[in-house]
Amino acid sequence: MTRTPTTRLRRLGAVLLPILLSAGLAGCEDTTESTQTGYRGTGMVQFTSPATREALALANAIPEAQPPASDEGPRASELYENVQVLGHLSDEEFLRTMTAITEWVAPEEGCGYCHNLENLADDSVYTKAVARRMFQMTWAINDTWKPHVQETGVTCYTCHRGQPVPANVWFQNPGPQEAQGMARTDTGQNLAEPSIGLTSLPYDPFTTLFADPAQIRVASTTRLPSGSDKTIQQTEKTYSLMVHMSEGLGVNCTFCHNTQSFSSWDLSSPQRVTAWHGIRMVSDINGTYIDPLAGIFPDTRKGPLGDPYKANCTTCHQGASKPLLGISMLQDYVAALGRAPAGN
Amino acid sequence: MAMLSFERKYRVRGGTLIGGDLFDFWVGPFYVGFFGVTTIFFSLLGTALIVYGAALGPTWNLWQISIAPPDLSYGLGLAPLKDGGLWQIITVCAIGAFCSWALREVEICRKLGMDYHVPFAFGVAIFAYVSLVVIRPVLLGAWGHGFPYGIFSHLDWVSNVGYQYLHFHYNPAHMLAVTFFFTTTLALSLHGALVLSAANPKKGEVMKTAEHENTFFRDTIGYSIGTLGIHRLGLLLALSAGFWSAVCIIISGPLWTRGWPEWWGWWLDLPIWS
Repeated sequence: MTRTPTTRLRRLGAVLLPILLSAGLAGCEDTTESTQTGYRGTGMVQFTSPATREALALANAIPEAQPPASDEGPRASELYENVQVLGHLSDEEFLRTMTAITEWVAPEEGCGYCHNLENLADDSVYTKAVARRMFQMTWAINDTWKPHVQETGVTCYTCHRGQPVPANVWFQNPGPQEAQGMARTDTGQNLAEPSIGLTSLPYDPFTTLFADPAQIRVASTTRLPSGSDKTIQQTEKTYSLMVHMSEGLGVNCTFCHNTQSFSSWDLSSPQRVTAWHGIRMVSDINGTYIDPLAGIFPDTRKGPLGDPYKANCTTCHQGASKPLLGISMLQDYVAALGRAPAGN
Repeated sequence: MAMLSFERKYRVRGGTLIGGDLFDFWVGPFYVGFFGVTTIFFSLLGTALIVYGAALGPTWNLWQISIAPPDLSYGLGLAPLKDGGLWQIITVCAIGAFCSWALREVEICRKLGMDYHVPFAFGVAIFAYVSLVVIRPVLLGAWGHGFPYGIFSHLDWVSNVGYQYLHFHYNPAHMLAVTFFFTTTLALSLHGALVLSAANPKKGEVMKTAEHENTFFRDTIGYSIGTLGIHRLGLLLALSAGFWSAVCIIISGPLWTRGWPEWWGWWLDLPIWS
């Protein structure tokens, strides 16, 4: 049999084709998973991989709920001294809540992280005052901010995950010492901060945009730039915050936006409404509950400019579009964390 | 049809890849060939299907007509005609037409005794298209990852796919592609300006030669690549632009699913400063 170029080519193909196909398919298709979130062909797609999903599942394992408690009997405020925020609970529910918060926030430090163990009613430990305010903050989130947290709600564990200070916090970032005078650039950019996905965008979008979320909207409402007074710097700050949100939630821009028009609500996904409320919620909890604690927090809980460690999207979400993958821990603690009791 | 005096010289018989003498003839000034026939077949069928798809769609507005690929749920299977099946057949037609045209170029090269630079260059453009609608969709496991065939809709797709990786300018292959695109235009503008200057001297002066052109660049930047070299450079720059464009989209998804900015974490982790 003569070996023509054609047969040689066929043999080569017979050897190469399976190798290329298996390398291509096995190497890539198995590791990338895609979910379509818009009309076909629009490019509104979310990507993930089994490794990412497994890591998320591991990081978001839910601690077992404390055994349910009876709501009968006298109130905690009648039984104990100086119970200012949880006095409406039954004795059992009160102790159960204290046990849970210890496990959620200070499992290693124990009760002494907030209490003077000689006298539990004593207010001398600063963390106790902070914890009281955090209970009130949790009520506000679970009640007033239902448009964002829905019925899933939050508990201390949503942010703290067994640590006294949540892993993902922010504070005003003055950036590195810069040259002054004519060499001053003052761009507030180019630091590759993890909180903004290592971009060169402004590294502190939070201070200004959480203070005034209306500034986030930079898209022009006119065809020509005549109607817009927004600068490139403002636009990049918005971009920076949006990258932060994407990174914090483990999603890409098309989770909320059809980029044909970022500002158009008609083209956006319903998730954008939830996110809109979320930005206002973070703005509220930082401004109303965390910032005013600046006088109580020691310097080790504050940034270089003296503002306390604050919350952003990653504080709760930690890489998941729904914190704790959407499992509601609140349902086991509604009595203590669901909403503010009457008169509080 | 009248033939220009030099045209006969280019009407060389033979050199066909397939079909022997069957289609080895000219219609007017156009060489036909087997691949000319297949080009006509695929492009007519594909265009007719696009018109059919437009007739099924909501608009005859030329800007808004769109033939969308199937839902991701169809995976790498066939979709019903009205749910992306049209896109699949049109894609086959497009690839058939492009490849036919490239092979027709090969036949013409063979007739004229030329090397294959022209079909090779066109092949890179075909590769870029095939990357978008075949290679990447196959690697991601669904035809739905291809782009829709419409003037506005394909631009919207490009925008959304870019934002799937938060900031596409951080894609290293995209950086290379963009750099090559700009360098191509820079080289072309320098070359064009040089040729026009040499060919259009002051009134009363004679046209300048290649040696003048070389002298100009030797004086300006100390080096002249030469009359043949500039075309080799232009080809390399242009093909590199197309090649890295294909690479930058193939790696987005199959090899990297997160934001491109954070891909650069390895740079921050270099032992020099970390």
